[in-house]
Amino acid sequence: MKTIQEPTAQTVKEQRIYAEWGLTDEEYRMISEDILGRLPNYTETGLFSVMWSEHCSYKNSKPVLRKFPTSGPQVLQGPGEGAGIVDIGDGQAVVFKAESHNHPSAVEPYEGAATGVGGIIRDIFSMGARPIALLDSLRFGELDNERTKYLLEEVVAGIGGYGNCIGIPTVGGEIGFDPVYKGNPLVNAMCVGLIDHKDIQKGQAKGVGNTIMYVGAKTGRDGIHGATFASEEFSDGEESERSAVQVGDPFMEKLLMEACLELIQNYQDILIGIQDMGAAGLVSSSSEMASKAGSGMVLNLDDVPQRETNMTPYEMMLSESQERMLICVKAGSEDSVKELFSRYELDAVNIGHVTDDGQYRLFHHGVQVADLPVDALAEEAPVYNKPYTEPERIKRFKALKAFEPVVTNAGETLKQLLKQPTIASKKSIFETYDSMVRTNTVVGPGSDAAVLRIRGTQKALAMTTDCNARYLYLNPERGGQMAVAEAARNIVASGGEPLAITDCLNYGNPDKPEVFWELWTSADGISKACETLGTPVISGNVSLYNETNGEAIYPTPMIGMVGLVKELAHVTTSDFKQIGDKIFVVGETKPDFNGTEIQKMQLGRIEGELFDFDIEKEKDIQDKVLEAIRRGWIQSAHDLSEGGLAVALAESAFKKGFGMDVTVDMPKDWLFSESPSRFVLSVKPENATAVKALFDQDVTEIGKVTDSKTVVIKTQDEKTELETNELKKVWEEAIPWLLKSKA
Amino acid sequence: MRFAVIQFPGSNCDVDLLHAIRDGVGEKAEYVSHMETSLDGFDGILLPGGFSYGDYLRSGAISRFSNVMSEVRRFAEEGKPVFGTCNGFQILVEAGLLPGALQRNKHLHFICKSVQLKVENNKTNFTSLYEQGEQLTIPIAHGEGSYYCDPETLEELERNNQIVFTYASENPNGSVADIAGIINKKGNVLGMMPHPERATEELLGSSDGLRFFQSMIKNFVKETANV
Repeated sequence: MKTIQEPTAQTVKEQRIYAEWGLTDEEYRMISEDILGRLPNYTETGLFSVMWSEHCSYKNSKPVLRKFPTSGPQVLQGPGEGAGIVDIGDGQAVVFKAESHNHPSAVEPYEGAATGVGGIIRDIFSMGARPIALLDSLRFGELDNERTKYLLEEVVAGIGGYGNCIGIPTVGGEIGFDPVYKGNPLVNAMCVGLIDHKDIQKGQAKGVGNTIMYVGAKTGRDGIHGATFASEEFSDGEESERSAVQVGDPFMEKLLMEACLELIQNYQDILIGIQDMGAAGLVSSSSEMASKAGSGMVLNLDDVPQRETNMTPYEMMLSESQERMLICVKAGSEDSVKELFSRYELDAVNIGHVTDDGQYRLFHHGVQVADLPVDALAEEAPVYNKPYTEPERIKRFKALKAFEPVVTNAGETLKQLLKQPTIASKKSIFETYDSMVRTNTVVGPGSDAAVLRIRGTQKALAMTTDCNARYLYLNPERGGQMAVAEAARNIVASGGEPLAITDCLNYGNPDKPEVFWELWTSADGISKACETLGTPVISGNVSLYNETNGEAIYPTPMIGMVGLVKELAHVTTSDFKQIGDKIFVVGETKPDFNGTEIQKMQLGRIEGELFDFDIEKEKDIQDKVLEAIRRGWIQSAHDLSEGGLAVALAESAFKKGFGMDVTVDMPKDWLFSESPSRFVLSVKPENATAVKALFDQDVTEIGKVTDSKTVVIKTQDEKTELETNELKKVWEEAIPWLLKSKA
Repeated sequence: MRFAVIQFPGSNCDVDLLHAIRDGVGEKAEYVSHMETSLDGFDGILLPGGFSYGDYLRSGAISRFSNVMSEVRRFAEEGKPVFGTCNGFQILVEAGLLPGALQRNKHLHFICKSVQLKVENNKTNFTSLYEQGEQLTIPIAHGEGSYYCDPETLEELERNNQIVFTYASENPNGSVADIAGIINKKGNVLGMMPHPERATEELLGSSDGLRFFQSMIKNFVKETANV
């Protein structure tokens, strides 16, 4: 038997091994001098290094996160647990959270994406909720090279592979393409669950002598230091990090999910707490459960189920093997827990117990290998107030003349825009996801928001993920507001009332003052929008260091929002329903082209000062759209986003292949403006007067749905006529064509 | 009529079948574990979709060795109705209760969408409430749903009118002769890749699957009554 001698505490210090794991000299000094009064051994140093990583401790982002509004009458659980919880009445609540898996997906896209999905599902059922839906938000470089196509195809396959197998429908999401994501794609997954108030769980270990049990898959050497890995940037020639990526087994997770939900629902008298072993695996779940409850803990590592031989305490504690949960149960009830899990052919093993001394102690082969104050490990990582400074580009952008697109023929420009992968149909992608399993999906992928009915009620949940990072690149504060507003517009257009948000804050290296400024100011924007729209931040995740060779991604705070549809009759989709219906545009259109899809298409980059946005106006317009929907006046509602009015009109016609006859009092290039706070509505003629009265000067009647199968748009300077099916073909075939063509 | 919805480890459309029976057609349905050794008291067996045993080795290949499968076989031999959708169809084929095999989709991708099915044979106890040649809108959701059989088997299936459903407009997976669903010679075991249980409410897009279950209830209850 080969054993490798671990370095001594003295060697860890002298050779600065802690630095390789991401701890700074000052952090190491704090641990050894202020906290322990001695040198931490190899294992202890490893525990601190992951627990004090940005991924687990939020040490760089905490001051930013404190800005977010997190409470409201509807909030049952805000940030700090596995996921946030919002009341939806009738003793039920919705549980949701999003999480990023950017770094693993850049290295091993299939498993990176799959385990991202697996992790977020565990967060939801660890709260006691039945997961009912998955969404995702993805960013890639341009589809002009084989590597990016490979990343897209494998990420999509990983998301589908996991979600399809475990049987949770993937109902929505978004995919965007910009060159800044080429080396560092973004893979954000969101899971939504449904729970009865009485089943809500907490990740806590309390009651001296109560038992800590390990359930689920065995521990291997995969994913060691994944959390630290996620807290570093990429550079060329660092392919050796591949070992940090975990491998997922959705079949195992299906069994684990069903067993845990049975435990939660039928064993409430013995279950004390339950938590997912996610980032930083066993150490993070166990130390957080003890720390949250003000307890201590003893773990016997010899009892941890292992699938590899000679694992060291360091390896076991830091492994990020998937499909594992930690539970705390009343002493004496272990056998009934084992019996339950054995019915699902799963391990359930006693690995320790709760103490009251606030110490976190690990034993291996009869020797104590760690003895640390648990709060220091789980709660007391230093918090850094990073310096920030406005990037040089912002000043430069403000000095630039506003971009003016060149539109010689609006029809040709529309066709070009419909081909842009960010706008083009994602059907060929979302059809590889099972969006219908569990038979609750009323509105599936490809709409403004997905809608799932709540079985046994007349209610439904609307859900969406959104972020236009280009706007944030030009102005993070305003762009942050607009990201939340867009998510809310999508919920409202679907007939829902926005409830709350989750987020994945994807940014570059926060050690750069310019990047931290983006994070800092965009959080102000997100907060302001959340306060105005009444949608607190109930959960989320931070992913920093998204850089390749020193180039940061656009600031990309993905917003995941859930709304409540009070009556199934309010469910509204974006497609035109009937010939003869009148078409309205809500909101004001101005020549707003900086940061738009047309600017990127024509200029090859985005720049300039971001156009104006008024969150109060946005709120007013959204309230009126929701009211009109609830009154039954609205046949279809579609939010305006990338590509502006022309794209939104075309998209509204595609499903049924209708035509339209539209006249707008504006120059033809304004058809592609991305002025915020706008919707396209279609309305039965008999309701037109009521709609006009409700919106007053905020609405303009622009035409009607026709049976001509032709999109006719008259502007001040041109009449455009295009066959609906021709536009649809361009829009649907763009991504399959890009994926097939050789770079 | 009392239905058993078999739960294999990794089944995930079990809940959909249960609701289709209880809420869609108002009959009794219960989950039955793969460990069970008796199906006494049930009038119909439903094998759900999903990824039993993770689809490891080959979809359906492990489930066919489950305890409950010998009971399912006995049930089928007694002429009682057995229906498998998606993974359930794969299990029936692996268990030899239906001929042929299900291969990976031609384009190799999992695909989920509503498709048009053509009723090729409405003279079965599962399809008598449909018109011959009627087109139905029913969802599919599978990665290994390309039905294959050798030419002799195909000829036999055709001769005996065992091809019950075909894909009408486009064949989504490359199956032989556009086959979507088949029945055994005796007419009491039917397997299909599409999901009629996902098409029992207009709210979710289609209710064309309702008459499938209603046919089962009408015909098999009558048969049982005659015995």
